[in-house]
Order: sequence, then C-alpha cells, then structure tokens
Amino acid sequence: MRGREKLFLLLGIIAAIGLSFASGAFNRYYLGIVIDVGINIILAVSLNLINGHTGQFSLGHAGFMAVGGYVAAKLTLVCGASAWIFLPALLLGGGVAALAGLAVGVPSLRLRGDYLAIVTLGFGEIIRVIFQTSEFFGAATGLTGITRLTTFGWAWGLAAVTVYVVACLVNSTYGRGFIAVHDDEIAASAMGINPVRYKVTAFVIGAFFAGIAGGLYAHHKGVLTPSGFDFIKSIEIVVMVILGGMGRTVGVILAAVILTILPELLRGVAEYRMIIYSLLIIGLMLTRPQGLFTFGKK
Amino acid sequence: MSALLELDKVTITFGGLTAVGELDMKIEQHELVGLIGPNGAGKTTAFNLITGVYQPTSGRISFRGKPTVGVKPHELSLAGISRTFQNIRLFAQMTVFDNVRTAMQGNRAQGISDALLRGRTFRAGEARVDHEVMELLKIFSLDHFRETMSKSLPYGDQRRLEIVRALATQPKLLLLDEPAAGMNPTEKQELMELIRFVKDKFQISVLLVEHDMKVVMGICERINVLDYGKKIAEGTPDEIRANPKVIAAYLGKDFDDA
Repeated sequence: MRGREKLFLLLGIIAAIGLSFASGAFNRYYLGIVIDVGINIILAVSLNLINGHTGQFSLGHAGFMAVGGYVAAKLTLVCGASAWIFLPALLLGGGVAALAGLAVGVPSLRLRGDYLAIVTLGFGEIIRVIFQTSEFFGAATGLTGITRLTTFGWAWGLAAVTVYVVACLVNSTYGRGFIAVHDDEIAASAMGINPVRYKVTAFVIGAFFAGIAGGLYAHHKGVLTPSGFDFIKSIEIVVMVILGGMGRTVGVILAAVILTILPELLRGVAEYRMIIYSLLIIGLMLTRPQGLFTFGKK
Repeated sequence: MSALLELDKVTITFGGLTAVGELDMKIEQHELVGLIGPNGAGKTTAFNLITGVYQPTSGRISFRGKPTVGVKPHELSLAGISRTFQNIRLFAQMTVFDNVRTAMQGNRAQGISDALLRGRTFRAGEARVDHEVMELLKIFSLDHFRETMSKSLPYGDQRRLEIVRALATQPKLLLLDEPAAGMNPTEKQELMELIRFVKDKFQISVLLVEHDMKVVMGICERINVLDYGKKIAEGTPDEIRANPKVIAAYLGKDFDDA
C-alpha cells in the first residue's frame, strides 16, 4: 500500500508526457478529441468532488472554467506564448477560478439542494455575462489567436493530477468528512465535522481544477467565446458526473470519455445527433439511475 | 466544582409555542441521568439545545464551566458532547469502519496537505486511526462488520454502531436519544448493560432520553421528568416512581412495572 497513490500519479504523468512525444504520428482530428477527453476528465472529476462526494449540486462549473480560460489566455496573449509561461498561466487561471469559487461558495453554500443549483446556475451566467461585456476580454467576440500550447501531455498529465488530488483527498480520514456532509449534515456536525468548511473546500478545489481545464481548453481551441461557457456546458459536465455515478471517480472518468467521444461518433447523422444523444441519456437514466459504472465499492 | 453540564432557565419558543420552558438541569461528572416525559414534552428539543443545533430563546447552558450559547454543533462535538439520534442517522454510503473513523476528526492531527502528500505523518496518523477504530469496534463486537455498509447492518447493530461512532469523538458527555426504540426485550437488556459498561469504561457522563421505563428506571441514577416543556420532577428512580405528578402526567395510575 505504501506510497501507491504517488506511484500511480507519477506513472500517469510519465505516460502522458511520453505519449505526447509520439502524438505527432496521430491524425490531428483524433488527437484533438483525445485532448478534449483529457480536459473533460478534469472537469468531471473536479465537479464530482462538489456534486458527487460532497453532495452539493452545483451548476456553475462552466463559469469557473471560463474564469480559468480567460485569465490564462489573456496572460499568454499579453506575455507571449511559450511552454514556460504555460504552467504559470494555467495555475493563475485555476487560482482566480478558485477565488471565484470562494466568492460564490461562501454565501450560497448555506442553501441546499435545488436552491443551491439555481444560485450556482445564476452565478455561472453572471460570470459569462461579465466576460461578454468586458472589452478587455474581447466582449462578445471573445479572445482569438491564442497559441495552441495544450498538448496531449499537458491535458492528460493534469487530468492525472486532478484524479490524484480528488482521490487522495476523499480517501483519508479527513476526506471522509466530505462524504459525511453528503450523507447527513446534521449527523456530520454532531461528529465534529464543520459542514460549511468542507463544502467551501470542495467548492474551491473543484473551481480550481475547472479553471485549469478552462486554461487547457483555451490553448487547445485557440479561441474563446463567452457563448462556449453557457449553462449547457455546465449541464454537460453534470451529466458526466451523474452518468458515471455520483461520487464514483472511476465511473465519472469513463463517463467523461464516453460522453466526449459519443457526439463525435454521431457526427455522421448530424441533424439527429443531439436527439440521439439526449435519448441515450434519458434511456440510461431510466435503466441505471444510480449511474452507469457503479460496481462494487467506490 | 462545577457540574459537567448545566442548564439554567433554558427556554426555546417556536412561534408561539414554548417547546422547552425555564429548564434547569445539571449533569455531574460520571453520572447517568435520564430525561423522560410524554411525546412532545420537549426531550429531543432539549438535546438539540445542548448540542447546539438550536439556540435557546433565553437562559444559559454551560459545558465544563464554559457557556455554549452561540457555539456551533461541530465545535461542541470537538469540546466533548456527542450524541446519537432518535431515528438512526448513520452515514449510509459508508462502511462500518468509515462511519467510526469519520467521527475521529478531533483526534487526527492531519488536514488536506497531509492527505495529498501522503507522507509519513499521514500514514502514521491513518494507521493510528485505523487501530483506534478497530479497538472500538472490537469492544462492541462489530469488528467483523468492518467493511459492511452501515445501512445493511441489522437494526440493533445499527443502534450500537451509532453509539460507537459517538464514542469515537472521545466525548465527556454522551447523549442517547431513545436508544432502545424498536428493540426486543433481550436487546434492551443488552443495551442496558452496554450503557453501563460504556459509562464506566470510558469514564463519561450519559444523558438518556428513553420511553422504555424498564431501561430508564433500571440504569439511571437520577431522572428528570418533562411535561409540556417544563420540568415537573427530578429525583432517583424510586422517587420518580412514587411522584404523584409524574404518575398523572406520564407513568399512569397503573404503573407498577420495573
């Protein structure tokens, strides 16, 4: 057992970077999708900490992703793009997103269930509208000409970090507090757990990684438009979490993979794509409401 | 020497209803006190006041000489007040082991950074928590259920697990809210022995809310009787049994049980 988690993390990062060198051999289209998958894993696993493990239904993840994306992209646009500036830019984006998470989380986490969902939805939209009206961030046109720094190694390496952080956090005596808050807030507080503290922590960490994902996304696509971060994007991430099984890290990763690839596979039937996608989700929810990939212990 | 827990004219009103009115109550170190009364008399409300879930409208509560009004439930738990719930509130998605270790927050000197770095402090801390949880589970013969999900335990074991979880917070005062509810006579007998044992083994005080008079009269050293939020009597089990007010309000004329 000793240090096993760290070994996994190391192997994950090495594999990601190693494969990254070979990625020139891949078809660009496929490579793009694989990077999308990595980014979506970061988004889904970080949202899973909030929605799944801690049980706080947030619909604002796209908002935090936008914060991270815009901040990181602005930095590389202003300071010039190089691999050296990329990591600080991503971290700064994540940091500002975490601050946004704190600002949103502290007042709204007093609310529960549906109310929290509505408030986070509202905050996510406010963040988007702020970018949409800000000339500094390119207003409705957004930011263009962002250097494409995101490689396979960056996306999957940081996905490995995200999985490591969330898994290590939850699988500890400290981290059982998140699940306790999810299961029964009153009992949790009677056992010495500060529910507000845990919820805010989950929110801030979740927002941080959403911000990182945003930065990766910006430097993957090369352009950022505010409309890319509307609440539909939040819903997409929520669907990954629900489909994977709330609080099941492995399931959520699989769901992120499938739900990223599925729309691409359905490109052939372009007009019906969203209909089929939606029907599949409805079908899955009817047959496996506990999530697709919930086998055994989490 | 001040009492472990002291309630001084504690009142709480919900709208126009006085759920608990001017309640005075003292619990000394290492004492087993009962709190009884008809349904709706305010027993659980009193629990919620002591554990900080509700704030009193007026009056003072102090625990180990310090006022507890305005102190949050989790802070009171860390200070040494632990409880079980009338309707079992275990962490349903967790195993028996995790239920108990989750309650060891005050006793683990680790936080986020340790959990992420997974260094020596973390492993030593987790090993210690593991050891302590298993010790507790062994005492209550729940150790073979270690990896069982708490919700799939038999009912009586769930009740016992709730007590174990409460003890894992290392309390000075344990509040038990109707622990015998739904138990059969044999289980009740075992429960009485368990409560006595817990009190002696862990050197703690216990406040017991219970409807089963056999249990209450059998183990409590002192009993407080509530009716409509007011305390109508206090005394030893024998005194309570003979008190005409208590008989009229609660026990009933024919009470000669236990």
